[in-house]
This record gives sequence, structure tokens and C-alpha cells, in this order.
Amino acid sequence: MDLIWDGLGEAIRIIRTGDYSVWEIAVRSILVSGSATAISLFLGIMVGSLIAFNQFPGRNLAFSLVNTGMGLPPVVVGLIVAIMLWRSGPLGELRLIYTPAAMVVAQTVIAAPIVTGFTAAALRNLHPQLRSQLYGLGASRLQMLWLVLWEAKLPLLAAVMAGFGGAISEIGASQMVGGNLAGETRVMTTSIMLQVSRGEFAPAIALSLILLALIFIVNLILTTVQQQERRS
Amino acid sequence: MRRWIWTGLLAVLAILAMLAVVGCGGEEETATQTPQVQATAAVTQTPQGQATPTPTPVVRGPKDVILATTTSTQDTGLLDVLVPIFEEQTDYNLKVIAVGSGQALAMGERGDADALLVHAPSSELDLVNKGVAINRQLVMHNDFIIVGPTGDPAGIKGMTSAADALTAIYNKGATFVSRGDDSGTHKAEKALWTKAGLDPAGKSWYEQTGQGMAATLQVANQKNAYTLADRGTYLSQQENLELVVLVEGDPALFNVYHVMQVDPEKFDLVNGPGGAAFVDFMISDATQAIIKDFGVDKFGQPLFIPDAGKDESQLTPG
Repeated sequence: MDLIWDGLGEAIRIIRTGDYSVWEIAVRSILVSGSATAISLFLGIMVGSLIAFNQFPGRNLAFSLVNTGMGLPPVVVGLIVAIMLWRSGPLGELRLIYTPAAMVVAQTVIAAPIVTGFTAAALRNLHPQLRSQLYGLGASRLQMLWLVLWEAKLPLLAAVMAGFGGAISEIGASQMVGGNLAGETRVMTTSIMLQVSRGEFAPAIALSLILLALIFIVNLILTTVQQQERRS
Repeated sequence: MRRWIWTGLLAVLAILAMLAVVGCGGEEETATQTPQVQATAAVTQTPQGQATPTPTPVVRGPKDVILATTTSTQDTGLLDVLVPIFEEQTDYNLKVIAVGSGQALAMGERGDADALLVHAPSSELDLVNKGVAINRQLVMHNDFIIVGPTGDPAGIKGMTSAADALTAIYNKGATFVSRGDDSGTHKAEKALWTKAGLDPAGKSWYEQTGQGMAATLQVANQKNAYTLADRGTYLSQQENLELVVLVEGDPALFNVYHVMQVDPEKFDLVNGPGGAAFVDFMISDATQAIIKDFGVDKFGQPLFIPDAGKDESQLTPG
């Protein structure tokens, strides 16, 4: 029990003072996972609208593949990306291994299928006549896409939340391709593991609290937006 | 109002995407310098050639130096002290990947690291003989200790032979936590079991964590188990542990660290000058002085004893 109360007290002190670079690490986590989410959103909308709006052979297969991708084990993604990016790997010349960019790549591989899956499902669930109606009103393809996305913005928001949540909570891939370098690629999850393995529970608890609070705040903001949209 | 929120969210995402692109772009710039490495790398073999750092870092090719090392150098905090000094002195950016010595050597063998700081002498020599590792230098030593719960169920306290202690643990079937990660410590532990003529693999009391030294000490602590640890990591973790030192001082528990660089002629992407600079740094008088004093203020004794330039065969544990 002492561990819990002492740990919590010390953790709160650490959060207040910013010891163990907790805030710097938190900001890096947000930047890396936010970038991965942004790229995933872009890819997700492209691929998602492609498979949701077009009839083509193997469409069901495409949906299944995306859905499989939503459950990709992060540590497997980490291994694959690491093998590609190691100097001895095929993309070694890019010198991306152990950089934040490598972590963005790995987290994008994790988040993109999640965002794509949510997007495709959202677009497929729109009223089937919406698109023909928009065409009838003389909308161009781009205008149509924009209007359809606007119509599906609430599920898209859920896609962003799920993607960001997946990216910022994963550890296996970040550890493997980032290397948990202090001041460079140390993010909240990898830092928590390191502190726990060292028996330093207070900073680990502090980072866990920040991570939980962050996920809570993101969800609070997005849920509030959704509620306002529904009411109006 | 609603529009405003949406625009804000979009703007945040757009900024993040731009940051990501800029970040990747920065990395690609380093990549374009690759040809220069190969040009400079081939020339620099001797440590002396690196002694005078050039003021313009651009000429030297990539700034990143990847150091693959054992967990003990990181878990003790020694590298936390040394890395900033190295980066300050040489303008290189040192990326420390702390894994077991076995994995560190494997990274060297694949050309995935520029320098290695490890403690698995026989495996290191294999790498040197293969021609992959060059410029191997003695850096420091400490010793392994057998730690365990104060209750000491196997009654090994004060034994002078590590092999005898392991035999007692074996016969008692007392829980023993092994690194199990092919690290230098794990190799040393396996050698001790072999010396005792015993094979603990598969015994129910023999646990393998597959993790670093600090993590393994934590597991042993939670399980009231015995484990083999390097003294440096044990001392640095002591305040978080209830385990006590039970066996020490056996010459078989000697633990010696070497630094070496990966031969840039074997791998196009290996940063030869950077690796050489790190080897030089580790054996320099200033660094050796820091190693000598490291931990004295906090633990009352040094965690590592500096050895650069000494004759390895003359070293004794202690």
C-alpha cells in the first residue's frame, strides 16, 4: 500500500516540477503520435473512400484486409519496420532507424488501418442516395468527396480518436524502431517501461497519469464536439 | 462556433502533418551525406587519427553514432553521465541502444551499430576474429555478485566459490532468476553452471526473464529469488531492492568491459570516424577519471574500476 500512496504523492510532485523530463517526454509523445494520426487520416480517407464508394472485384477482401490491419500487433509492426530500417535492411540508407521519424512510420502503420476501417465503415453507412443526389445537383468529384466527408464527420472523428489512442498507447514498435533514446525518441510508454524496470515507480506513475489524462482530454473534447453536433 | 472548433481541429492535424514531413525531410538530408562517410571511413583506422576533432562537423559525414551496449552501462546511469560529455567534445550525436551484450554483438555483426561497449570477452573475440570488430580496447571492470533474499534458503552466504553456491541453490531447488537473454551476465552465469557441472535448464525453480539487469533484479526481488548481477547495477538499484549480496570475490566472478568499433570497411553505412571517436573517448584519461569516481558520492564505492591501458592478464577481481 505504501508504494501506491508514496508513489502517487511523489508522482504528483514530479508532474508539478517536471522532473525526469516528464513534460518534454509527454510533448514528444503527442507530436509523434499526432503526426502518425494525421498521416493516417490522410491515407485512411483516401483508401477508405476508395473501397467504400467503388464496386470492384475483391472489395470484400479489401474490407477484410483493412479490418485485419485494425488488429495488427504493434510489436510485429515494430519488428517489420525495424528490419526494413536497420542499416542492414533494405531501407537502411535512409538512416531513419532510432529517429522520431521512424516511430512516426511505425505508428502510422498501426494507426492507418484503424482510421481506414472506421472511415470506410462510416462512408459505407451514409445514405446510398446521397451521392447520386449530390451529382444530380452538379457537384464535382472533389466537392462531392468534401461534402460526403463533412456528412460523415462524426464517425471520422471517432476514427481519429481510435487511431490516436492506438498510436500513443503502443510500446512494442516505439521501443524497437525508436530505441528509447533519452531526449530523442523516449516517449511516455517506453519511458514508463524503463522506469519500472529500474524500480523507479514514481516517475512511471507520473507518466501514466499524464498519459491517462491526455487520452481522457482528447476523448472529452471530441465527445463534446459530437454532442454539440447531435443537438444542433 | 461549431465551424470554429472544426477548423481548429483541422489546423492542429495539418500542423502535425507538416511537422512530420519536416521531421522526415531533416532525416533525409542526413541520408544524402552517406557517400562522404564511406570516403572518410576508409581512411581512419588508427585511434590517433581521431585525436584532433575537426571544427567543421559537416566534413565528417553523418553525425549519428550508434552505440550498442549492455544494459548495465545504462542501468547504472554511467552512460547518462558520459554521453553528454562525448557529444559536447566531439559534436557527434550518440544513440545508445542498451540491450544484452549478445544482442549488442549481433548488431555489430550486422553493421547496425558503429561502436560496441560490452562485457562478453569470448564472444567479443569471435567478432574480432571474424574481422567485424576492430580497435578493441579494455575499458573497465567490476565483478559479478550472487544476490538473494536475506533469509538465504540455500545457505550460500559467505561462500567463496560461486560454483559451490550455485550447487547449493540447485540442490535446494531455491528460486533462481536468470537473465536468459544471452547477455554478458547471462553468458557468465551459464559458464558458472557449467563449472559446477550442473544444468538448471527446465527446472521449475529456474526462471528466465529475458530482460535487462535492473528489470531482472526487480523480478528476483519480488520473487525472493537468487540471481547473478553485476555489482554496478546492483549498487545503483540497491535502494529499490531487498536483496543482499551473498557471494562475492570468486575470481570466476570477474566482469570486464571492452569497447570496440565496427569495421567501416565491412559495411557501407557504418560511421567509422564516429566509432573510432567513441573508442578514443572511452579510453581517454578524462573519461577514465570520471569512471573512477562514478557512484562514489552516492554509493560510497565506485561502480566500475577503470582499466584503460592496463594489461588484461594482470587484472584481478576486487
